[in-house]
Parts: sequence; C-alpha cells; structure tokens
Amino acid sequence: MYAQLVKSDALKSREDMSPEERAFQDRVDNGEKIEPKEWMPEGYRKTLIRQIGQHAHSEIVGQLPEGNWITRAPTLERKAILLAKVQDEAGHGLYLYSAAETLGVSRDELLEKLHSGNMKYSSIFNYPTLNWADMGAVGWLVDGAAIMNQVPLQRTSYGPYSRAMIRICKEESFHQRQGYSIMMKMAFGTPEQKEMAQDALNRFWYPALMMFGPSDKDSVHSAQSMAWKIKMNTNDELRQKFVNETVPQAEYLGLTVPDENLAWNEDKQGYDFSEPDWSEFFEVIKGNGPCNRERLGARVKAWEDGAWFRDGLNAYADKAAARRQAASVAAE
Amino acid sequence: MSAPEAATNSATASLPDDTFVSDASLRPQFFEWLCRMGDNALILGHRTSEWCGHGPVLEEDIALANTALDLIGHTQMWLGLAGEVEGEGRDADKLTYLRDAMKFRNLLLVELPKGDMAVTIMREFLFDAYHHLMLSWLAENSKSPRVAEIAAKTLKEVSYHLDRASDLVVRLGDGSAESHRRMQEAMDLLWPYCGEMFAGDEIDAAMSDAGIAPNLDDLQTGWDAAVRDLFDEATLKMPDQGGFAHKGGKQGRHTEHLGFILAEMQFLQRAYPGATW
Repeated sequence: MYAQLVKSDALKSREDMSPEERAFQDRVDNGEKIEPKEWMPEGYRKTLIRQIGQHAHSEIVGQLPEGNWITRAPTLERKAILLAKVQDEAGHGLYLYSAAETLGVSRDELLEKLHSGNMKYSSIFNYPTLNWADMGAVGWLVDGAAIMNQVPLQRTSYGPYSRAMIRICKEESFHQRQGYSIMMKMAFGTPEQKEMAQDALNRFWYPALMMFGPSDKDSVHSAQSMAWKIKMNTNDELRQKFVNETVPQAEYLGLTVPDENLAWNEDKQGYDFSEPDWSEFFEVIKGNGPCNRERLGARVKAWEDGAWFRDGLNAYADKAAARRQAASVAAE
Repeated sequence: MSAPEAATNSATASLPDDTFVSDASLRPQFFEWLCRMGDNALILGHRTSEWCGHGPVLEEDIALANTALDLIGHTQMWLGLAGEVEGEGRDADKLTYLRDAMKFRNLLLVELPKGDMAVTIMREFLFDAYHHLMLSWLAENSKSPRVAEIAAKTLKEVSYHLDRASDLVVRLGDGSAESHRRMQEAMDLLWPYCGEMFAGDEIDAAMSDAGIAPNLDDLQTGWDAAVRDLFDEATLKMPDQGGFAHKGGKQGRHTEHLGFILAEMQFLQRAYPGATW
C-alpha cells in the first residue's frame, strides 16, 4: 500500500447527512463512479487528495531505492529491465498527479507539500537497497504488497483514480514478476547470491508488512474512507492476504521468512505471523528511518537544481507566444 | 520496453547473410569499429541513466530514462555483433562487464560527467547530430547487411533523440538569461571533445574502404551545418574554431572518468565471477 495513515473524517451516519450527501452516498453504494466536475463532499475531496498525493509521492520517491542500482545492474538485460521499471514508476507518478489535479490541486502544490515535509510517502522507501537481491525483493515484496491494495482500488468510487489504478496495476504485476525472477536467480545461484537473497528478505519482510498501515484496532479513520469506497479493505485483511500469498513463494525459493512465530493456521485458513515493530514504523514516519533524509533530500535537490531548467522553458514559451502574437498583429 | 524487445527480436529473427561477419582479413578492424559503436551507446546510456529519479521535472525524468533504455538496447545489438565477429565466445555482456578501460573504444565526449541538464542536453545534441548522420548512412549504404539492419533499427530511436535534444537546445538557448548562460557554458566545455567524432584513423579508413562505414570527412560537413543552423536558432555562439580536439577514446586512451564508470558498472560481475544474474 503506498498510502498509509491517510487522515480522513470520522464516519458520518445517514441521519447526519445533508440531502446532497445522502444522494452522493447512494451513488457510491450503487457502484457509480464519481467524476471530477460532479458534486462531492469536501471531506471526500480532501481525503482523496491526501491519498492520491501520497501515492503519487511514493511513486517518485520510490524511484530512488531502485535507481540506486541502475548503474550497477549485473547484465545489460537486467539494466534495461530495471530502467524500464523505474521509468514506469515515474509514469505512475504522472498519472496520479494528473488524477489529483482533477480534484483541484496542482502538481506543483503537491510537490511543495512533499518537499516541505507536509505530505508523506510510503515508509518503505526510507529503507536502503544494499545488495542486488534487493532489486528482487523490492519487486517481489514491495510491489507485491502494493498490488494487494491497488487491485481492489481499481474499483474505487472516484473515476480518474480508478482508471489510473487500472493502468498502474498492469505494470505493477509485471514488476512483481520481474522481482521474483531476480529472486529465483539469486536464491538458486551461488552460495553468495543465496546469502544476498536471504539478507534482502530479512531486511524487507517487516517493512513490507508495515506498508499496509497499523492494525485495524489502531486505525481509527478507515470507516469513512471505506464507506466512500476510497479504501476497499482493512489493513489487517490485506496484510493477511499478503502473508498467505508470499510465504509459499519464499518456501519455493528455499528462503526463510524471518519470523519464528510463522505457522499455518488450519482454522482460519491462513498463516499466523508476528506483527512488525510498530514503534519502528512510527519512527520512520516521523523522519527517523535509515534513509528519510537522503530520499527527501534527493527529491528537493532535483527540484531546486531543475528550477533554472523549468524557468528557461517557460521563458521560451512566453517569447514564442509573444512572437506569434506580433506576427498575427502584423498580418492583420 | 522497446530496448529489451528489440534485443530479443534481433537474437531470434532470421539474420541476413553477411560475409563480412566471417571475413578473417577484416576481423580486427571490424571488431574495433563495432566496439566503438557499442561503447558510445553503452557509456552515453550509463551517463544518461544517472538522471533516473533526479530529473528537473517528471516528464524529463521519463524521457531521459527512455533515452538511456534505448541506448542500452543499441549496446546489446552492436556489442552482440562485435562478439560474433570476434569469434572468441564473448557476448555483449562479457564485452560490457569484463573489459578494462584501455579496451573501451568510446569517444571521450560520452564519458564526461553528466554535469547539469545543460551539459547533458548539449552533449546529447552534439552526439545525436553525429550519431544520426552515421546511422542514416549505415542504414542506406553499408555493404554489411547486419550493420545496415542494426542501423535501421536504432535510427528510429536516435531520430527521436535528436528531435528532442534539438528542441531543448533551442528552448534553453533562447530561454531565460540563466538557461542561455548555462547552455553557452556547456557548449564551450564540450566543443573541444567534438573533433574526435570526425578524426579518422586506420580503422575508420579500413571500414570506409570496405564500404561498411562512411568516410568521416563526409559526415563532418553535414554535422557542421546542422550544428551551426541550430545554434543560430538557439541564439548560441559557436566557440572559436581553433581546430583543437581532445582525442584518444577511440583508441583506448580515456579520461580519468571512465575508470570510475567501469568500477561501478562492472562491480557485480567482477566481485562474483561466474555467477549468472
């Protein structure tokens, strides 16, 4: 999940709704899509902006941990695939910022909030990528966890967001497969490669579980988002689904999930597993993860270093418009 | 995903007969020349890929990654053919990851650090203007069908690179005072590295004599004109034409920068010899 701890309103009961709100809720309940120019509650708009914005920021910050290995990719084919994947993430950022724009917030405004620390991105991207197997683990676990959340969001109530998700999911499932293909090469490779693969799983397992956000019992504001179909499943449901699907994949690779309590539970037809260390999660969210400073610093630097470039293009566009104007006046 | 697909296609599609590929008398020169083509794409692709995630605006980030991706695809084709011509069992990956700097044959121009966007865009334009002329000639005239085939495939992408770089040189050159200053400085920095593109040696002469590659003097005329025209439009000044050029890359004498590129690029293959990835 690329959006964690998105602030939203407390659930409004039907009796407390205005007639407009009730009609809106009926449309959502009927599975209708809400489109940009249609009436929507202010809370719906604000929550969506936060959620889509956080997701967009996660895509562009998410370029960095994988971008870290592009120049060191071990074959030309792996290099090309990794470049294509990181480029896809930038593309996802683009769709999502565009979806957010339909709610009345510009990309520049959202970026300003990211750069000033007023908007977050997924905590997962504050962890470092330390060996090549991390490129596998990120695709397998991080994109895998993201897909768990994004597949249901294809049915979200807001039209532009839903359509962006449909496009994004197609690419994400390819990303997950390429990640797993790297994991297979590493896990079935030399002893050193297998060691890297295990090390990557050890480091990314719990941060991947954290991607779904805190436990439902501590996540107070999901009810309204779920009623609005902005959030489709609870955090714990998605986390359980992820564990159920991922554990057999780790077993196939011959790797050990770093959890002594992991065990199949016949009654619930799912695995029992240990919770991540939520105090670590909240530290990372607060800015104390291993790479928070580098990640945000890299984004701010790219933006500031690029100011002259953007200004230069704008200056040219203004001159060109003035020249066209002068030419049309002269022609009259 | 155009580059990996193109590379796969070239490996699986039926290849045209090409007697040059097995011509022992021309082998050392042909191999060298193919390494020059491949290494230019590889090293420029590497430099371009350094922008990924750090571009000045999202659309530009995507375009730069796309360009790098194209160049890595070109590398696979050129160095793949180089390995075939050499006939000693080296494929594109072995040539990429297991040669040391003195065996690399790229132009010095493409290994210089990426600098700011002005240096990156200006270099892309200066190289693309040459690359486009080279590939156009090869696609139409090369007597080596394999070379002509790769040139035709890569030309489509390089035409787009040239369009994009030309457009940006004009916009930034004729943009703000700051963007103009940076573009002029980038040009002044890169200009002394341009002469190497047209400085022919015995390898170029052998390729030209065999009808595989063009006479570089002929390309230079077109390049000079293209650069001059674009610079006029971009309101940039051509640097003083002293005729001095830094050279050596094509023969394996590089700047200090290449060693660091290779240290980074080749790390895994060197640290874990024999592993597959």
